[in-house]
Amino acid sequence: MIQATQVSWRYGANPVIDGISVTARPGRVLGLIGPNGSGKTTLLRLLYGALRGGTGHVAVDGDEVSALPPREAARRLAVVVQETGAETALTVAELVLLGRSPHLSTFQRTGPADHEITIECLRRVGAGQLGSRAFASLSGGERQRVLIARALAQQATHLLLDEPTNHLDIRYQHEILRLVRGLGTCAVVVLHDLNLAARYCDDLVLLGRGEVAAAGTTEEVLDPTVIEAVYHIGVQRLDLDGAIHLLYHPRDEPTATGTSAPAAASHMPA
Amino acid sequence: MGAVTATALPENRPDLLGVAAQRRRTGIWLLALTITLILTGVIAVGSGAVNVPPATAAQIIGHHLVGLPGEVTWTPPQDAIVWQVRLPRVLLGMLVGAGLAACGVALQAMVRNVLADPYLLGINSGASSGAAAAILFGAGATFGQYALSSSAFLGALSASLLVFLIARSGGRVTSVRLLLSGVAVGYVLYATTSFLIFASGSAEGARSVMFWLLGSLGLARWNALLLVAAVALGSMITYLTVVGRRLDVLAIGDETAHTLGVSPGRFRLRLLVLVSLGVGVLVSAAGSIGFVGLVVPHLARRIVGAPHVRVVPVAALLGAILLVWADVLARMLLSPQEIPIGIVTALLGAPFLLVLIRRLHATGA
Repeated sequence: MIQATQVSWRYGANPVIDGISVTARPGRVLGLIGPNGSGKTTLLRLLYGALRGGTGHVAVDGDEVSALPPREAARRLAVVVQETGAETALTVAELVLLGRSPHLSTFQRTGPADHEITIECLRRVGAGQLGSRAFASLSGGERQRVLIARALAQQATHLLLDEPTNHLDIRYQHEILRLVRGLGTCAVVVLHDLNLAARYCDDLVLLGRGEVAAAGTTEEVLDPTVIEAVYHIGVQRLDLDGAIHLLYHPRDEPTATGTSAPAAASHMPA
Repeated sequence: MGAVTATALPENRPDLLGVAAQRRRTGIWLLALTITLILTGVIAVGSGAVNVPPATAAQIIGHHLVGLPGEVTWTPPQDAIVWQVRLPRVLLGMLVGAGLAACGVALQAMVRNVLADPYLLGINSGASSGAAAAILFGAGATFGQYALSSSAFLGALSASLLVFLIARSGGRVTSVRLLLSGVAVGYVLYATTSFLIFASGSAEGARSVMFWLLGSLGLARWNALLLVAAVALGSMITYLTVVGRRLDVLAIGDETAHTLGVSPGRFRLRLLVLVSLGVGVLVSAAGSIGFVGLVVPHLARRIVGAPHVRVVPVAALLGAILLVWADVLARMLLSPQEIPIGIVTALLGAPFLLVLIRRLHATGA
């Protein structure tokens, strides 16, 4: 469980995150959504302790994240960041094996168990054949999957992902998120695509200008009126076969189905 | 019995990640390079204005080192040349070459730039200023035979401190800030050295400073300097090998380092202090020898791949071998006159670098 209480972070004089409290509960996937510049990535970085000097508290399973020794923190929190390290000359296998380093002492080299885990993690992200390739020679989507494999190899109790579906085609967007969901670990995912959030997140926090615009279960947060107010775009919500689907349109144009008032279109029965 | 099967089992698994193959390969390279280094030493000790056959050179070393019994078949001058003059010089060459290569590897990881070299942080300019002050104005005379080296080392230390303070002034030490302050300090100290030469007005002194700036192993003796260099550089190379995984992680990026349990700021700081001391010792002992620290890390990566646990020791061995040969060339090309070793390493290193650049473009990396 990750619990952030009244966290704030300012960049110069501008508050990026302003007194936010969020809780990522065990076994559930928490999605952080919101427009560009709403502070999603900053909030995520606060959650894994990469930003210091803000106010408020972040606790991982009850322990203050900033007080954890770095290696212990890495055993609890595996993070897929947007920094790819694309210039590295490491091979895919070498890169994913680095995910084992929080579990190894300084003098210890990787052993058969670490290799097994690495192979398994690569297989799970559909990159089982890439082990001996140079990381730099991969496509954007392959790189992203390898980075996710590295985070999985960390075998941390929490998984945090910053826009993991970037560079991925539709199939892998779904496969990766389904994989994250299937892990059963506490996960926090920054997502742009609200339909992916609708399908794969249990809980959502919708950020608007550094503050929480809405928080709760996915069902509760994906309310067209709330989303419209934050994103300034027309939203229609369709509940089909128990799944939520969102359709968007510019606010001054009529919708595909002819209904122009978005609020009226909410919870349209299928 | 159970233990045997448990350990035997993974050995039979296919090496899907290529880890076992790579370890074997690295082991073979380390062995081959160590043998080459020893042979290089024996041949280099015998080569020069007075040639001593390798077998005789080996006998002389063995006689002194372990009191090898046997008939003395060599002349006292041969003994003096091999043991008193050339062996310390070859050993210093090995230490300096290994140290330069290892510092180059560390700096390239620290600032995430494959064109980084040990002199990037302006530390050598500090050493040069110190050396110029010693040669031209007799600074550090209280240190006797170590006047030049200690003055150079103090210069290097002040330069690193200055770089560090400037890089630190904006808060966290980042790679870009480190680079910029290194370049700035380097230029200022370069100007200082030039001014010292100009102000002294001694042509002979200027020549000595120039010779020292281009690098020389001529200071090598069986003395405390050699011992200090051996201990300092030996521990530095060992440390860099041991923290190889952390170097890998730091080379990818600060954010990645953080998420994998390495505190990037603290680790970079520790490396900075270590490499500064290492470069300070190197430059104090042998002047600024260029290109070794830049080119050798690339050669090592080509041979054993990118992980630093393999790159550091392989680069150190390669650097040691290359520098000893460069010194042999420097002694023999215009024999009996000696040319600065920095000229030789630049002439050898530049084409290497050009080939590397071509390769980089060819692979699209």
